[in-house]
Amino acid sequence: MLAYTARRIVYVVPIVISVALVCFLLVHITPGDPLVAVLPADASQELAAQLRAAYGFDRPLPVQFGLWLLRALHGDLGNSIATGRPVLAEVMRAVGNTVTLAIAAAIIGFTMGILLGLIAGYFRETWIDKVATSFAIAGVSVPHYWLGMLLVIIFSVQLNWLPAVGAGPSGSNSWAWDWAHLKYLVLPAITTSVIPMGIVTRTVRALTGDILSQDFVEALRAKGLHERGVFRHVVKNAAPTALAVMGLQLGYMLGGSILIETVFSWPGSGFLLNSAIFQRDLPLLQGTILILALFFVFLNLLVDIAQAAIDPRIKRG
Amino acid sequence: MSELPLSATADAALQAAPATKARGYWATVGRRIMRDKVSMACALVLLLIVLSAILAPWLGLEDPYKGSMIRRLRHIGTPGYPLGTDELGRDMLARLVYGGRLSLVIGILPVILAFCIGTSLGIIAGYVGGKLNTAIMRTVDVFYAFPSVLLAIAISGALGAGILNSIVALTIVFVPQITRVAESVTTGVRNMDFVEAARASGAGAFTIMRVHILGNVLGAIFVYATSLISVSMILAAGLSFLGLGTKPPEPEWGLMLNTLRTAIYVNPWVAALPGAMIFAVSICFNLLSDGLRSAMDIRN
Repeated sequence: MLAYTARRIVYVVPIVISVALVCFLLVHITPGDPLVAVLPADASQELAAQLRAAYGFDRPLPVQFGLWLLRALHGDLGNSIATGRPVLAEVMRAVGNTVTLAIAAAIIGFTMGILLGLIAGYFRETWIDKVATSFAIAGVSVPHYWLGMLLVIIFSVQLNWLPAVGAGPSGSNSWAWDWAHLKYLVLPAITTSVIPMGIVTRTVRALTGDILSQDFVEALRAKGLHERGVFRHVVKNAAPTALAVMGLQLGYMLGGSILIETVFSWPGSGFLLNSAIFQRDLPLLQGTILILALFFVFLNLLVDIAQAAIDPRIKRG
Repeated sequence: MSELPLSATADAALQAAPATKARGYWATVGRRIMRDKVSMACALVLLLIVLSAILAPWLGLEDPYKGSMIRRLRHIGTPGYPLGTDELGRDMLARLVYGGRLSLVIGILPVILAFCIGTSLGIIAGYVGGKLNTAIMRTVDVFYAFPSVLLAIAISGALGAGILNSIVALTIVFVPQITRVAESVTTGVRNMDFVEAARASGAGAFTIMRVHILGNVLGAIFVYATSLISVSMILAAGLSFLGLGTKPPEPEWGLMLNTLRTAIYVNPWVAALPGAMIFAVSICFNLLSDGLRSAMDIRN
């Protein structure tokens, strides 16, 4: 297990470096001068050159990448051009809100997905299966930003039950686990949960169906094992794959929250990314994407290791 | 993992395709999908939406660009405006029909482009193998380290707003996914006897890939690509929704949804209409892709 873990960690290093390279290059494919946002319109050539040197934009690209990577390793992702504050601190504060949202959505989406998937898999080709599968298909096909709007229309505009935007009463910035704050979490979390719900349902349904049609299940039943025992075997066999899918989905929720956070003005990393894009705040854009991508890479690593811990066959593969 | 359903279709294509005559196989698939009511209904809806988008100028609709301050945000069912009017008083029906033109193009084109590029890369990586395979597949791995929504937004955010940029960004998102599928299917085919036979009879690498490999892997890759269209539609409209795609006053479903967001307190159901179009197209493509997949799985 230790050897497998070590091997997986070593394998992650080149991925992390390449991810950093992509994030670094992202800024260099942008058209226009990255300094436009900070320079006053009537800036002299001298001031421009001075700032260029201050940001390091005057060096050759590979040198810039090396220096940037070195600084990034020390936790220095530069300063936001718009606010002047350190990028890492800005991103980390926002990521906290995104994690809150993703975990709430994961609890809803995964629970629903596993339940629907198990039911659909057990009652394959019946009307119960058809209903569950339709839910799943709708979940993966719905433009989630539109679903968010619909929920706001129904629960905020029409019924006036829940707040439409924000993450706390009167623009409060710090999250707290009380009803006043939780009210704000309900709609974004439900919206975020539909895609993982659909995908987990489909995965668990396929797994359950496959496992139930295998010979060993027949044998278990033949030897007189009660249904609960059979069910335990189904869960055990489905767990590694289902876990991998759920881990990946959690990563997608963390990294892909920009649309939902924009709809609900949820002050998370996606919202930050949105403002970075429209203020052409390139260091912030770069830093946010890097942090989110690294989250995703490490989540994948954790899932792989957890999967190998459950299913010993994977280590040998 | 996402490979789960893929390898299933790949298996199906591999086992079914060489065993039966090419025409016989596709004729069977065609017959099976024609008998599937859900698939046919979806195909019909899509056909309707695509045709009306293409024929929009000849359908006798209102001018989708002409607004009027005195008839803003009319409700659904207003005489003369069956689906109401938007925040600038433009006819919603006309805008939804015209909006299909751009929305469908920016949603479907990236998948077509990625299908061409990804299939070529995957077949080359899978057939040639060795260092080239490592180079291509490790590059693909890097893009897999980004969630696709994040990657799409990062690229189009860096490139700046614009239709072309959003198409480029989405193509970059889908190329690695299709390459992976194409590579794994090709690796499955390359060691089969008929490829060996072709090589023994003196066929060059390019000929083998074009004649012997392509025909046997295209089906599986195609089914996978059709399943991406739904995601692509949602993402493309999403980029416009964020303001990274089309510019106003162009009718496009994602952008319309964005500009109508401010109207949800006045006329919520009109504001929700463009999203319903995206949903309809997306779910139809998903169901059609599922239908195609099970139609190609001859074993059942």
